[in-house]
Amino acid sequence: MALLGSILGLAVAIPLWTGFDNATSAMQFVERTPWVSRFSINYALGVDGISMLFVLLNSFVTVIVVIAGWEVIKEKVSQYFAAFLIMSGLMNGVFAATDAILFYLFFEAMLIPMFLIIGVWGGPNRVYAAVKFFLYTLLGSLLMLAAFIYLYNVTNGSFDIVDFQRVPLAKDVQILLFFAFFASFAVKVPMWPVHTWLPDAHVEAPTGGSVVLAAITLKIGAYGFLRFNLPITPDASHALSGFMITLSLIAVVYIGLVALAQTDMKKLVAYSSIAHMGFVTLGFFIFNVQGMEGGLVQMISHGFVSAAMFLCIGVLYDRVHSREISAYGGVVNTMPKYAFFAVFFGMANAGLPATSGFVGEFMVILGAIKVNFWYAFLAATTLILGAAYTLWMVKRVIFGEIANDHVRTLTDINGREMLFLGVLAAAVLLMGIYPQPMTEVMHTTVDALLKHVAAGKLN
Amino acid sequence: MTVSSLNLALAAPEIFLLVMTLIVMIVDLFSAAEKREGRLFFLSIFTLVLVAASLYAPLDAPRYAFNGMFVVDGMAVILKAAIVIAVAMVIIYSRAYLVARKLFSGEFVLLVLFATLGMMVMVSANHFVSLYLGLELFALSTYAMVALNRDSAVSTEAAMKYFILGALASGLLLYGLSMIYGATGSLDVATVAKIIEASHANDPLITFGLVFVVAGLAFKLGVVPFHMWIPDVYEGAPTAMTLFIGSAPKIAAFGFIMRILADSMGGAVGDWQGMLVIMSVLSLALGNIVAIAQTNLKRMLAYSTISHMGFMLLGILAGTKNGYSASMFYSISYALMTLVSFGMIMLLSRAGFEAENLDDFKGLNQRSPWYAFLMLIVMFSMAGIPPFLGFWAKLTVLEGALNAGYTWLVVFAVLMSVIGAFYYLRVVKLMYFDAPTDSSPIIADAGFRGLLAVNAFGLLALGLFPGALMTACLNAIQRSF
Repeated sequence: MALLGSILGLAVAIPLWTGFDNATSAMQFVERTPWVSRFSINYALGVDGISMLFVLLNSFVTVIVVIAGWEVIKEKVSQYFAAFLIMSGLMNGVFAATDAILFYLFFEAMLIPMFLIIGVWGGPNRVYAAVKFFLYTLLGSLLMLAAFIYLYNVTNGSFDIVDFQRVPLAKDVQILLFFAFFASFAVKVPMWPVHTWLPDAHVEAPTGGSVVLAAITLKIGAYGFLRFNLPITPDASHALSGFMITLSLIAVVYIGLVALAQTDMKKLVAYSSIAHMGFVTLGFFIFNVQGMEGGLVQMISHGFVSAAMFLCIGVLYDRVHSREISAYGGVVNTMPKYAFFAVFFGMANAGLPATSGFVGEFMVILGAIKVNFWYAFLAATTLILGAAYTLWMVKRVIFGEIANDHVRTLTDINGREMLFLGVLAAAVLLMGIYPQPMTEVMHTTVDALLKHVAAGKLN
Repeated sequence: MTVSSLNLALAAPEIFLLVMTLIVMIVDLFSAAEKREGRLFFLSIFTLVLVAASLYAPLDAPRYAFNGMFVVDGMAVILKAAIVIAVAMVIIYSRAYLVARKLFSGEFVLLVLFATLGMMVMVSANHFVSLYLGLELFALSTYAMVALNRDSAVSTEAAMKYFILGALASGLLLYGLSMIYGATGSLDVATVAKIIEASHANDPLITFGLVFVVAGLAFKLGVVPFHMWIPDVYEGAPTAMTLFIGSAPKIAAFGFIMRILADSMGGAVGDWQGMLVIMSVLSLALGNIVAIAQTNLKRMLAYSTISHMGFMLLGILAGTKNGYSASMFYSISYALMTLVSFGMIMLLSRAGFEAENLDDFKGLNQRSPWYAFLMLIVMFSMAGIPPFLGFWAKLTVLEGALNAGYTWLVVFAVLMSVIGAFYYLRVVKLMYFDAPTDSSPIIADAGFRGLLAVNAFGLLALGLFPGALMTACLNAIQRSF
């Protein structure tokens, strides 16, 4: 039933891709009905070259998550799938909303199913993780709401994001607004130093929850930067780009080192997510086409790769009920097919050429080197760090002698697991070898956005 | 003075309610014990429905009755309708609970109806004397309601506290009003408004009187530092009475404050604005922070009320029509949310058992996913998470305050509501993440179940389509002021 729903969702999303007009940066497939006339809020949806990709990614990942949860979830199954489908719908709404309040509504409402997913089906420390996740994100988003209301007054009563983007604003106002948005999206991304909720949430969430968190919700933060920070406060974005780049580089380097020290597989992947998202924000705030497109490609790619990594860990966890690296070793002997996928996704996570991870990272580094050699240099360390922590984990878990009896009794992946891992692997390879269709779709939009940002909007 | 100049027709709903209340009194007297409960229930609901229907009037310019002592304007009509509906819901929710405790008597119904009459007069009064009259009729009825369970020491204590502090507040209010009378020579709202407007609020006597008036109002609303009675009364009173005190009176209190502060002392807005800012800040902080430490759900909701009233003040202190209408929307939304939350407490209570501790909600999802879901809606709505009604209520008041230039206050309120979200989340956590300690079945009659579902899903429905109610509030305020 849930599978049917999610496949329907994907099927509905596909015409977005095929019918999409690459030549314009304006919103397409626009839908608009007046909703709350007191505040002239519209129920307005539409997609451009950026959001369309995420709607597709979201619909795709939902199908995977539903398949992945199929036999694994044994308690309150109907509630589990209901929560995921609601969540998926809300996230599509976030990406498609063109009215600020509508965006906010989806953005916040999304917390409710996620809170329940972590809290009901999560690991032993789930209550702490769920509450921390909720309050962290709530604090940020409420500040964003205050910024929306302020902009509503400035634009003489409109909550339309396009009007927000047009209205001229003084520099100091822009900086305040920038920080209000920053509070909301930096937590979501998450950027260093407000990332601490993520490892907790990831570790405690059930596999499906981790996948959705890593693949989609993190993207919402970065998407928010593109949709709100850059176009609404372009001058502040320029002024604060050094600040943002510094935070991004700290995420890339420092968090990369932290990941190296983890003994919990999920935690390791969680930290690697933060480092990868650092790449994304770095790409956005160097203000050139390579950087931004690279950031976007990285987002999509990370959506697939991190989803796959969490699913791989989930496969082991379902069998052994441990996430500790030390509990494993020599898995390849008992699960050869699984080992193939795990190694493949590990490579993709490390950014091996011909996988999707490489394309985004390479484009961002290329963009960064045009701005400043040292940005690029520091960013490039991730290729080493990423390889180090991922492959080291893969080595300790998959290869070597069979470590204990748990591993000896493992059974290899079944058809269902093969199906979702295989589909993801194909997607990762395809994007790594032939990323053209994706960059084509986003190109016009990115160009227009960069022009808008460069023009500034001081009055 | 002739009868026709009194414009009695305008007060028809109130007069009808009074007559019906007296009839209920007689019916109570002459009914056999086994038929009494059903008759009282039917009659009171019947009365309230008719009153609500008779309120219907186009939103027009204000019309006056009783030589200007009584006004019917858009605000009064909407608030009265909300009050009457809320009271009818209280009676439906309370029936089984009170019957199980042998408290569903003629006195309860009478007191509720009299209190309702008092509230209706409060929001429709246009003269300090009629305002006070309505207030006292309401207040005296509720004092008695809290004490209705006379064998319970806790209830009696709560009633005593409520009465003493309430009487003190009434005294403060009267004292303040008398000073304003001294300064302006009138008790009529419109005349006072004109004189204050003309004097540009420079008269120290008016300012002095205003301080007392605001203190009295703050007590009735239960905002810090006049909040002390709220937790004790909420906890001590039988839950049905708490439900009553927590819902409709908040709407009435809003109307009352509007009549006194905005209607008659709109000219002195600068004087009362500052006081409300302080009270709002304190309420938001104290209500939200202290609520975290509570283990008793009724007490927690009491502190949450305090913070909600702090939120509501944000709209009033803006001093603009946008702000007023936002607060009006807030008070109605809040009443709707409170009804479900206390309804849930009564649902889980049985004869001889009060489900008033947070732990009583443990594992509700396993006992009944349906009721847990309803409670989840209320909790998220109170925390102000979209797409529920509470979000729009917060949005409108924040917009009102921001529009009036209180940016720092809005940011403060936002931070406080994050703290507030924590204890609402804790309820959700208890229901969904914990295992139940109590596995007794949850029993309720069809009326209760239906109303609870309609009420909770109303929060969702109004959250998805808040436009109509919001516009109605705005139109009402614009035509009334």
